[in-house]
Amino acid sequence: MTTLNERIKPIVMPKWGLSMSEGKVTGWLKQPGATVNLGDDLLEVETDKITNVVEAGETGVLRRVLGEPGTVYPVKALIAVLAEPDVPDSDIDAFIAGYAVPAADGEEDGADAGPRYEFAETAVGNIRYAKRGDGATTVLLVHGFGGDLDNWLFTIDALAEGATVYALDLPGHGQSAKTLPDPTLTGLSKAVQDFMDAVGIGAAHLVGHSMGGAVSMRTALDAPERVASLSLICSAGLGPEINQDYIAGFIDATSRRDLKPVLETLFADAGLVSRQMTDELLKYKRLDGVDGALRAIASSMFEKGAQRAILGAAVGAANVPTLVVWGAEDRVIPAAHATALGSAARVEVVPNAGHMVQMEAAGKVNALIKDHVTKNL
Amino acid sequence: MSRKISMKTAINEALDLEMRRDPTVILMGEDIVGGTGAPGEDDAWGGVLGVTKGLFAKHGDRLLDTPLSESAYIGAAIGAAACGMRPVAELMFMDFMGVCFDQIFNQAAKFRYMFGGKAETPVVIRGMVGAGFRAAAQHSQMLTPLFTHIPGLKVVCPSNAYDAKGLLIQSIRDNDPVIFCEHKNLYGHETEVPAESYAIPFGEANVLRDGDHVTIVSYGLTVHRAMEAADALARDKVEAEVIDLRTLSPIDWDTIIDSVERTGRLVVVDEAHPRCNLATDISAFVAQNAFGALKAGIQMVTPPHTPVPFSPSLEDLYIPSAEAVAAAVRRTLAPSPRSTLAA
Repeated sequence: MTTLNERIKPIVMPKWGLSMSEGKVTGWLKQPGATVNLGDDLLEVETDKITNVVEAGETGVLRRVLGEPGTVYPVKALIAVLAEPDVPDSDIDAFIAGYAVPAADGEEDGADAGPRYEFAETAVGNIRYAKRGDGATTVLLVHGFGGDLDNWLFTIDALAEGATVYALDLPGHGQSAKTLPDPTLTGLSKAVQDFMDAVGIGAAHLVGHSMGGAVSMRTALDAPERVASLSLICSAGLGPEINQDYIAGFIDATSRRDLKPVLETLFADAGLVSRQMTDELLKYKRLDGVDGALRAIASSMFEKGAQRAILGAAVGAANVPTLVVWGAEDRVIPAAHATALGSAARVEVVPNAGHMVQMEAAGKVNALIKDHVTKNL
Repeated sequence: MSRKISMKTAINEALDLEMRRDPTVILMGEDIVGGTGAPGEDDAWGGVLGVTKGLFAKHGDRLLDTPLSESAYIGAAIGAAACGMRPVAELMFMDFMGVCFDQIFNQAAKFRYMFGGKAETPVVIRGMVGAGFRAAAQHSQMLTPLFTHIPGLKVVCPSNAYDAKGLLIQSIRDNDPVIFCEHKNLYGHETEVPAESYAIPFGEANVLRDGDHVTIVSYGLTVHRAMEAADALARDKVEAEVIDLRTLSPIDWDTIIDSVERTGRLVVVDEAHPRCNLATDISAFVAQNAFGALKAGIQMVTPPHTPVPFSPSLEDLYIPSAEAVAAAVRRTLAPSPRSTLAA
């Protein structure tokens, strides 16, 4: 039995989203011997869904790199070791020799043992959702137009440290009911409130991406007692401009060839749009009812290429603690909208990231949301 | 909600969902309800391999067990389609096409054209195709080229459960006659399939694997052989792009040409008899339209020009194998242009 040295910190293959079981190391951004600070980019990992950067969650010297580029490792496998410079090599060798990959999901970890997704029966039909963590604070993640709860792949587990985090599929989206009795912002906000009723959420910190940001703002205005704070990520509802080519292109695309270039507008790095991501969206778009739902939402909210609902002033006046995060290279909704709330919100514009900033700069966005939620408990 | 189901279950689900959605959808065929004439559900075994099992209990007399006369009931299905129904007629084995083909290629396929666009014939004729089932020469053929030859017919041949469900739903909703070819050796093959209804548009091939060195085009069962070959080739750093046509009429020429223009090499794998089949058709089209992109002779992997053998060992040799596909790819990569003649 080796002595567990608390100054040795393992770096393991991360788990992004509920379906990830393994990932491929594509390259290291820090070399052995380098000093690593909290939040530094350490390496790149590729899954069948997306390639992303793993950031350091601890500080130390990168003493060992075990993950070979081009090799696939199971989730939680040891891929590197961080330690202070004065920790002897022999201790690190012993730590590596004694490291055992924890059992896979569902075998020992109670939180992971349940189904990957759950369904709630609501007034607007069946709503699919994921729930992670069991903290006292409740966070609810609301995706954007054409998205689903997997848009929070890199968010949901990170926020679940110390909170109960829900992510839902809005009606007409993901695997929720495809019928949309009311395709307006008010209708979608009502659906979010119905969902909160169905799963027993009184009030929550709402995190909304794109159209989900506008839905969250509408909810904060219509039911202020149910919204503890707002985190608006590349949000709709803060100005009239929106990329109509993106909206129309997304609705009209029926093949991978048509859809892929449309999806590339979502990211600063177009290379992040994988075959799997495109295929999954095509499969969603082919479901009966989806085309009608998307067209109904688009015509009620983004008619003639302009956003109809602009809620910044009302939210600013309503005194809801608000965080606004934007990807500087957003090509769907301009980053200039980030300042719409003026001094009423904390504003962060993240460089080198596009509309899917919560995926492209997950570590930074997660830290901002966590900080915002913690300050507004 | 999505779960893993077999291609047989996916076809059953597509029929059930469309019958629920549209009251004009009816099913016809030999033994699709039952077989021995006993009353009610006890006898409802649902077709020779159970593809329509359980549908009689849900939809009752919208399933019509027909006499053993393909000529009569295929004609009746086409007539019903011309009069506003959406029949799905099961031919059991596509090999039985011979006795009813006039109804299909001379009547159904020509109504829209000969009546000045005023007639529509929304009929689906589905049935089993392909070898490997130890069912001998009259129950094992891949007759797809007979159908792609005829203007006015749409021809579908899925390789997996997800595509089978979405393509069959599209076939039923389509307003033209569709020949829906089900490879009997894929009935048990399972993939993730949503429980909801969805339609896959015709004329859109599925690129199953990206690669820059060679394009492999196939459909039906041999798509899986092509994928096995691609995996084996990848171990030798040869990256093959694998295209599953899904629909043979209409065919997605753009995806084929785009791919060959990038890879410069083409291997077509077709389980149909080798003369005038999909492989020769695609090879000719690419030679005519992307000749300048080709770096090597086009390779075709097909069975020999013989009936499907009943001897199991010979039948196994008859069906294009992953090894044969990989060997064809290697011929396109060989340095000397003369080596392509060795095939």
